Amino acid sequence: MAIAERTAGTVSPPSVSVRPGWAGWLSTTDHKRIGIMYLVSAFVFFLIGGIEALLMRIQLGVPDNTFLTPDVYNQMFTMHGTTMIFLGLMPLNVGLGNYMVPLMIGARDMAFPRLNALSIWLFIFGGLMLYVSFFVGGAPNVGWFAYAPLTQKQFAPTAGVDYWIIGIGLTGVASIAGALNFIVTILNMRAPGMTLNRMPLFVWMQLIVAFILIFAFPVLTVGTIQLLFDRHFGTRFFLPNLGGDAVLWQHLFWFFGHPEVYILILPTMGIISEVLPTFSRKPIFGYAFVAYSGVAIGFLGFLVWAHHMFAVGLGPLANAFFGAASFLIAVPTGVKIFNWLATMWQGSLHLTTSMLYAIGFISMFVIGGISGITLASPPINVQQTDSYYVVAHMHYVLFGGAIQGIFAGIFYWFPKMTGRMLNERLGKWQFWLMLVSFNLTFFPMHLSGNEGMPRRIYTYESEMGWNLWNLLSTIGSLLLAVAFLLFLWNVLTSIRRGSIAPADPWDGATLEWSVSSPPPVYNFAVTPRVRSRRPLWDEKYPHLHEVNGSHETPAARLRGLLYDGAEGEMPMAMEPIHLPSPTYAPLIVSVGIMILGFGIIYLGDFGVIAASAMLVGLLIMATGILSWVRISHVDSPYQAH
Amino acid sequence: MSESSMTRPQAAVAHHTSLGVDNRKLGVWAFIGSETLFFATLITTYFVFAPVNRARPDFQDPRQFLDIELTTVLASILLASSLTMVLALSASKRGDRRWFTTWLLATVGLGLAFIGGQVYEFNHLYHEGLTLSSSLFGTTFFVLTGFHGTHVAIGVIWLLSVFFKVRAYPDSPENAMDVEIAGLYWHFVDLVWVAIFVLVYLI
Ligand code: HEM
Ligand SMILES: [Cu+2]
Repeated sequence: MAIAERTAGTVSPPSVSVRPGWAGWLSTTDHKRIGIMYLVSAFVFFLIGGIEALLMRIQLGVPDNTFLTPDVYNQMFTMHGTTMIFLGLMPLNVGLGNYMVPLMIGARDMAFPRLNALSIWLFIFGGLMLYVSFFVGGAPNVGWFAYAPLTQKQFAPTAGVDYWIIGIGLTGVASIAGALNFIVTILNMRAPGMTLNRMPLFVWMQLIVAFILIFAFPVLTVGTIQLLFDRHFGTRFFLPNLGGDAVLWQHLFWFFGHPEVYILILPTMGIISEVLPTFSRKPIFGYAFVAYSGVAIGFLGFLVWAHHMFAVGLGPLANAFFGAASFLIAVPTGVKIFNWLATMWQGSLHLTTSMLYAIGFISMFVIGGISGITLASPPINVQQTDSYYVVAHMHYVLFGGAIQGIFAGIFYWFPKMTGRMLNERLGKWQFWLMLVSFNLTFFPMHLSGNEGMPRRIYTYESEMGWNLWNLLSTIGSLLLAVAFLLFLWNVLTSIRRGSIAPADPWDGATLEWSVSSPPPVYNFAVTPRVRSRRPLWDEKYPHLHEVNGSHETPAARLRGLLYDGAEGEMPMAMEPIHLPSPTYAPLIVSVGIMILGFGIIYLGDFGVIAASAMLVGLLIMATGILSWVRISHVDSPYQAH
Repeated sequence: MSESSMTRPQAAVAHHTSLGVDNRKLGVWAFIGSETLFFATLITTYFVFAPVNRARPDFQDPRQFLDIELTTVLASILLASSLTMVLALSASKRGDRRWFTTWLLATVGLGLAFIGGQVYEFNHLYHEGLTLSSSLFGTTFFVLTGFHGTHVAIGVIWLLSVFFKVRAYPDSPENAMDVEIAGLYWHFVDLVWVAIFVLVYLI
C-alpha cells in the first residue's frame, strides 16, 4: 500500500475497504457490519431459544402431558436459559453497541477493529458449539446455572455439559475481548469536546457494562475450568464425597451471575434513556444521576450474589447482609424510574413504536423490580425460591425489561442501520400484542409459584390446582410467538420496501443522526466537534442552546470550554481518514480456537486423536496470528502519517 | 540500518486519544484487571480448601511436598526476568538495538527456565504421589500453578512475537509500544507468581 497516496482528506485504504458479497462479511473489520452480524446471529439464536420455550410451554399446557420426555424437557430449559442469556440478550446489546457507540461518540470505528472481528466469530462459533451437543449424545440438561454435583460425570454422562463449558468459554472470551474494546473506544476515541459528562447515556451504560464484564466473567471462567477438570482430569473441586464443595460452585456462579443480570439490563436502560428524551422533545431529567447511578449499580451488583443462595443456609449474618445489600441496590434503580418519568412529564410525547416500547419497559420493569424486592427478603425467599414466582420475576425484568428495551432500540435505530423505516403500524400491533401476551404468559406464574409450583418440573398432576395458570401461560406464549413473527415480517418487508429513511428521522439529539442513513463506511467525513450533551439539538435549535447547556455545572462547562479551545486550533477537516483493511485473520484464529475447544472436550476420553486435533487448532491459530501481525503492521495508523 | 533508527521519537508519532494514553496500553491495563480476578478466584479456591484438606483422611501436607529452595530459585529467575524486561524496554526506547535484543532474549530465556523448573517440579511431585486426584491439595495446587505456568508460556510466545516483529520491521514507530505492552503483561505474570510464592509456598 503506497503511503504517499494517503493525502489529507482522502479515505485510505481507498477501494479495498469493502469486499463484495460474502467475502466482505467474512473479512470485515467495520464496526457497523460487525454490529449487524451480532444482531442477526443473536436474533437467530433468540428465535431458537424461543422455540425451546414454546416446546416447554406446550408440554406444561395441560397436566400429566407426555409431549416431551423428562430428559428432553431438562435439555430444553437448560438450552433455553443459556441461549437467551449468552446467545440472545447479551449479543443483541453488544450488536447495538457495536453499531452505535462509535457513531455516538464521533469515532470512525472501534479502537481495535480486528479484535472486534475476533469477538463476533468467537461468539458465533461458541454458540454453534453449544448447539453441536444436540447431535453428539444430547444437549446439557443441568440448568443454566449448572449446579454441582449434578454436573459431574456420573450424573451427567453425555458430553452436553462439556459443550456447555466450552461454548460458554468461547462466548466468554468474545465478551471480554469485546468489553476491552468498548472500554478503550469509549474512554479514548471520543470526538473533541465530548467529555465523559457529555456522552450519550447509552454510551455510559455500555462503558459500565464493559467494566462489569471484565471483572465478572473471569470468575465464571475459573469455575467452568474447575468443572472441566473435575469431569475429565480427576480433580474434586465440586465433589462433596471427596471433600469438594458444591456450594463453592454456587458462589462462583452467582458472583458472576448477578453482575450478569446488570450486563443484560444496563444497556437497555441506556437505550430508553436515549429514546425517551427524543420522543418527549425534552432533555433527559437528571442526566448525572442516570449516569452515576449506573456506576453505583455496577459496584453494588458485585455485593449481592448470595441472594440467589438464601436457601443454602449460609447463616443469619450472611443472609442479612445480602438481603440488605439487595434492598440497597433497588434504590438507585428506583430513582432511575423517576428520572424517566420526569423526562416524559410535560413533554410533548410522540408515541412511536420505539417510544411505546420504552414506556412498556418502564412499566414492566417496575413489576419485575417489585418481585425482586420481595425475593431479596430471606424469609420470604425461602418460600418462593425455586418456584414459578422466580420465573415470573426474571421474565418481567429480562423480557418486560431488557427485551422491550432492545425493541425500543431496534425501532429507533433500524432506519439508521438500514436506510429504511420499519412499518410503524405493524410495529404498534406488535407492541400491543406483545404487551398483552407477555402478561398473559408470565403474570399467572406469580400465582402458580405462590401456590407452590416448582420450577423445572416436566409435568404436574391435575389435583395440584395449577391447571388454569399453566393453560393461560401456554396460550400467552403462543400469542407471543405471533408477535415475534410480526416483527420478523416487518423487518423482512421493510428492508426491501420500507420508506427511505432520512438521516435524522426522529429529530434526534446525538451524533449518529448527523450522518446519512446508513452511514458511510468512514462514519464522519469531518470529525465532529461537541459542545454539549445534545450536539445536534444545539445545531438545529441554536436558540435552545442555553437551555440545553444549563444542566452542566459551571466547572464542567469550563472544562468543556477549555477542551473546545485546545482542540479548536487543530485543522480537523484536513485530517486523513484511515480505515482498517478487511482481513480473514480473526476468522482464522477463531476457527483454530474452536478446533482447540473440540480437542479439549475429548482429551480425557480419546487422548491421541483429541491431542492431534488440538495441535491442528493451535497451528491454525498460529497461522491466523501471523497474518494478523502482518496486517496490523501494514494497517497501522502511524503508517498514514 | 543504524542502531538508532529502530524507533522514531515518540512525540512524532503520538496518535491523538481522549485520555492521552495509547489505546493498546489502556486495553492491556484493562485486561490485567480482568486477569487479576481470574487469579484471585484460583487463589481463593486454594485457601477455601486448605483447611478441608488438613481434616481429611487423604490429607497431603503442602510443607512436606513443596521444595522451598527450588521455588526460591524459580522466583528469583522470574524476578530477574522482570528486570531484564525493564532493561529491554529502555533499550528499545533509546533505539539501542543490540541491547534490546540481548535483554529481550534474556527475558525469554529466563521465562523458559522458569517453565522448565516448573515441569521438573511437577514431575518430581508426581513421583512423590501428589497428583490432581490424590488430595484436595493436589487438586488446587496443580490447577493454580499450572494456569500460572500457562500464562508464563503465553508471555514467552508474546515476547518472541514482539522480537520477530521488531526484527521484520525495525523502523516501525510502534516498536517501543509493542515492547511496553508485552512488558506490562510480563510484569503482571511475575507479580502473580510473587503472590503464589508467598501465599502457597511460604505460608
Ligand atoms: C430490584 C432489583 C432486583 C432484586 C432485589 C432482585 C432479586 C432477586 C433475587 C433475590 C433472586 C433469587 C430468587 C431465587 O432464586 O430464590 C433473583 C433472581 C433472578 N433475577 Fe433478580 N432482582 C432484581 C433485579 C433483577 C434484574 C434487573 C434482572 C435482570 C435484568 C434480574 C434477573 C434475575 C434472574 C435471571 C433471576 C433468576 C436466576 C435463576 O435462578 O435462574 N433481577 N432476583
Ligand atoms: Cu441477583
